[in-house]
Amino acid sequence: MSPADLATQLSDVATSTLASAEPAGLLPARQQMALSLGWHIILACFGVAFPAIIFVMHLRGIRRDDPVALGLAKRWAKVSAVLFAIGVVSGTVLSFEMGLLWPGLMGTFGDVLGLPFAFEGLAFFLEAIFLGIYLYGWGRMPPKVHLFMVAPMAVTGVIGTYCVLAVNAWMNNPTGFNVVDGEVVDIRPWAVLFNEHTALQFAHMWVAAYMVVGFSIAGVYAVGMLRGRRDRHHRLGFTVPFVFATVAALAQPFVGHVLGDGLDERQPAKLAAFELAETTDDGASPLRIGGVLIDGEVKGALEIPYLGSLISMGSLSEPVPGLDRIRDEDEPPVNLTHWAFQTMIGIGLLLMLGVVMYWFFRWRRTDLLRNRWFLRFAAVCGPLAVVALQAGWIATEVGRQPWIVYGVMRTTEAAGEHSAGLWWILGASTVVYGTMTVGAIVVLRSMARRWREGETDLPSPYGPDRLANL
Amino acid sequence: MTLELAVACALFAGVIAYAVLGGADFGSGFWDLTAGGTRRGAPLRTLIDSSIGPVWEANHVWLVYILVTWWTGFPESFAAAMTTLFVPLVLALLGIVLRGASFAFRKYAETLGQARLFGAVFATSSVLAPFFLGTVAGAIASGRVPAAGHGDPWGSWINPTSLLTGAIAVGTCAFVSGTFLTHDAARAGKSELAARLRARTLVVGVVVGAAVFVALAPIDHDAPTLAAGLTGRALPLVAASALGGAATLVLLARRRFGPARGTAVLAVAAVVAGWGLGQYPWLLVDEVTVAEAAGARATLQGLLVAVGIAAVVVGPALAYLFYLTQSEQWNERDQGKAEHAAGELTGS
Ligand code: HDD
Ligand code: HEM
Ligand code: HEM
Repeated sequence: MSPADLATQLSDVATSTLASAEPAGLLPARQQMALSLGWHIILACFGVAFPAIIFVMHLRGIRRDDPVALGLAKRWAKVSAVLFAIGVVSGTVLSFEMGLLWPGLMGTFGDVLGLPFAFEGLAFFLEAIFLGIYLYGWGRMPPKVHLFMVAPMAVTGVIGTYCVLAVNAWMNNPTGFNVVDGEVVDIRPWAVLFNEHTALQFAHMWVAAYMVVGFSIAGVYAVGMLRGRRDRHHRLGFTVPFVFATVAALAQPFVGHVLGDGLDERQPAKLAAFELAETTDDGASPLRIGGVLIDGEVKGALEIPYLGSLISMGSLSEPVPGLDRIRDEDEPPVNLTHWAFQTMIGIGLLLMLGVVMYWFFRWRRTDLLRNRWFLRFAAVCGPLAVVALQAGWIATEVGRQPWIVYGVMRTTEAAGEHSAGLWWILGASTVVYGTMTVGAIVVLRSMARRWREGETDLPSPYGPDRLANL
Repeated sequence: MTLELAVACALFAGVIAYAVLGGADFGSGFWDLTAGGTRRGAPLRTLIDSSIGPVWEANHVWLVYILVTWWTGFPESFAAAMTTLFVPLVLALLGIVLRGASFAFRKYAETLGQARLFGAVFATSSVLAPFFLGTVAGAIASGRVPAAGHGDPWGSWINPTSLLTGAIAVGTCAFVSGTFLTHDAARAGKSELAARLRARTLVVGVVVGAAVFVALAPIDHDAPTLAAGLTGRALPLVAASALGGAATLVLLARRRFGPARGTAVLAVAAVVAGWGLGQYPWLLVDEVTVAEAAGARATLQGLLVAVGIAAVVVGPALAYLFYLTQSEQWNERDQGKAEHAAGELTGS
């Protein structure tokens, strides 16, 4: 389920509900934003979480004088060099797009939402600097000093994530300004940076990053074990990231639940869409799993009585406020929001169960790494976490529609006066992102193959060592 | 100094840093492109890999800094520029994306064929990106970005000032980069490569110098406000830039590569600063002044806090990175020795 596919689905919903008021350039602008954000967020996760995982592996290598751990850390550093490079360029795309696609937002609210981005830029600087030092420092610095060059990146990952999430939390829950006669006045940028909703959204995203990266890296070694490579290198390569993923996967459902708390007051339309609540029930609402809303009726949902109210409202009698309390023009695309939300939660629970099972069996002295079915499951956990991540964003962002700044500015007002010509840009971007994805896969796979064949340094093909043999 | 002027200076400091540091990285694309066939170009391409590899991501962040400071400090003018200059910005962005990705891919490419493909993309896009960024600067400096935005999507950047600025941007990037690479080659003991780079950098320097001189006439006609500033208030900076450029040529000719880097940086920094001073008090020339464009005061203050923290935190870290890349430790003359040391230090 790529963001592009979802975007196509989204377009059906969006055109049917909002077609009348939409400028021609809005839909391609949205798809463009979804494509580039959806792509960036995956690499951003590696920028946030990979350094800490590399640090632990590298530390182990030095502390225990363990050449296998050191070898893994060294390889991961090279992999991260490739991932960070494309992460950086895709992030740059976003900072252009904020202005290119949403001039109405940036022109009006640039000085309201800008401060978090300024601090984010600060974090990027440090990240890029220490990345350069760490990657090129192998063998060029005393090992202990060198090891600690990767640590700042784990910290800047926290700052960077917090700051971007502050902007998004502000879009969902705007504060720090007043609107008087259509003018934005009384701007308090620090209130935006430290707005109350940020901490939770940050925690959820940060944990998600560790899930995505921990499961993905562990999955690579699970695949290796499936193919019969069962040396210590593979076990260690699996275990360290899997421990990170375990902690994250156990925490995530709780963090997510707390994040959703109070949504009935913050964004009732979003909650109604999450819960597929067309009408406000008399008494407790059921939890509706699956199902679609067609012509104002919920079809095909599996209903579990009371559970909806219990989870969303923390009550056994209070109903979830339904869409009947929302004006038609303020409703988000309901089905997409609902499905995205439940996909995320389903995967989150599944992954939590998966890690619990692994450690339970390990405690009972059964090694699931010998079980092919578990290895297969471990191999897909990474992609599943990515799907959950994308689904979470779709739920948040689509559920906020038709607002770009909730309750203050509609997305239609934020878009530029672009024509349908924007579709061409979207087409070109899809090709560029597709090519970059293919390029990264080709390069990373060939690196892995050369490592398996015993090469360590991967000299460039036109470097002195290789050219001599031409 | 007023609050908004302080923020504008911080913004422009970023522009200067990006022009010098980011410019030197982009410029290496020109040298990569003209390095010659696979075998002949190999030493130069290897040198480029090791010279810009550790620093390009950090140098690139200046661009992000510029964008963020601009939209936060002067939001409406940012939206105006973005809506008017959509086309060159998208093209510059394309260049930036392809440059970064293909540089990283090339470093770890397995076959020569892959390396050639990624290398060609890297080199071409490195030349295109500064060109389009230059046209953007030219559009703003020649007063073609209306305050309300949505200016002429084509004429705003296809005009004498923009095209000349774009070409000069490419040229200066190549010049600075050539000076840096010559020094790096000489330091690594690659005297043949250094000699080749020195000769070519001299040619590029003379051509760019001449181009700047020739460009003055059309710019005088096409962008009178800027021209008046350049020949008025900013004249000392323009003169400093000319002197810096000339000094670089002399130093290169006399094989004093270390000091030549300093004068080359001076030449670029002075001309960019001259542009800023020349168009002051305008932010978008003939349309909006710095004072008019400023966003909320509380935000400007916040921005200055962020800039202050950056100076304290990022400054030393950046200096450390540059120090390391220039240090003995990181620049073993003999490649084999470095690999050997690598084995020893990490115990692998
Ligand atoms: C690996 C990724 C991942 C996983 C397993 C989960 N989530 Fe999530 N979720 C995200 C990744 C994510 C996200 C992409 O990071 C979002 C989007 C915006 C945000 O801050 O986090 C998000 C948003 C989000 C929101 C919307 C908040 C709002 O719009 O105000 C809620 C209520 C939850 N999540 C709840 C949960 C629950 C109860 C989960 C577990 C069972 C869960 N999430 C698992
Ligand atoms: C902090 C980060 C984020 C910010 C500031 C942000 C901002 C925006 C903006 C400006 C838009 C366009 C306006 C709109 O439709 O509401 C948008 C839409 C969208 N974003 Fe986000 N976003 C963020 C994170 C993400 C991420 C990581 C994803 C990843 C999947 C995502 C998915 C989407 C989607 C699917 C849309 C399209 C919604 C629609 O069609 O209306 N967002 N976001
Ligand atoms: C609208 C939303 C966003 C914008 C405008 C944005 C902007 C950027 C930019 C400009 C860069 C490149 C920085 C550089 O040159 O080094 C970048 C990289 C990065 N971004 Fe984003 N970003 C957004 C969303 C996010 C989100 C939601 C996260 C968090 C999880 C995130 C985390 C990162 C990280 C960690 C990096 C470093 C890249 C790496 O090292 O792989 N960004 N972003």
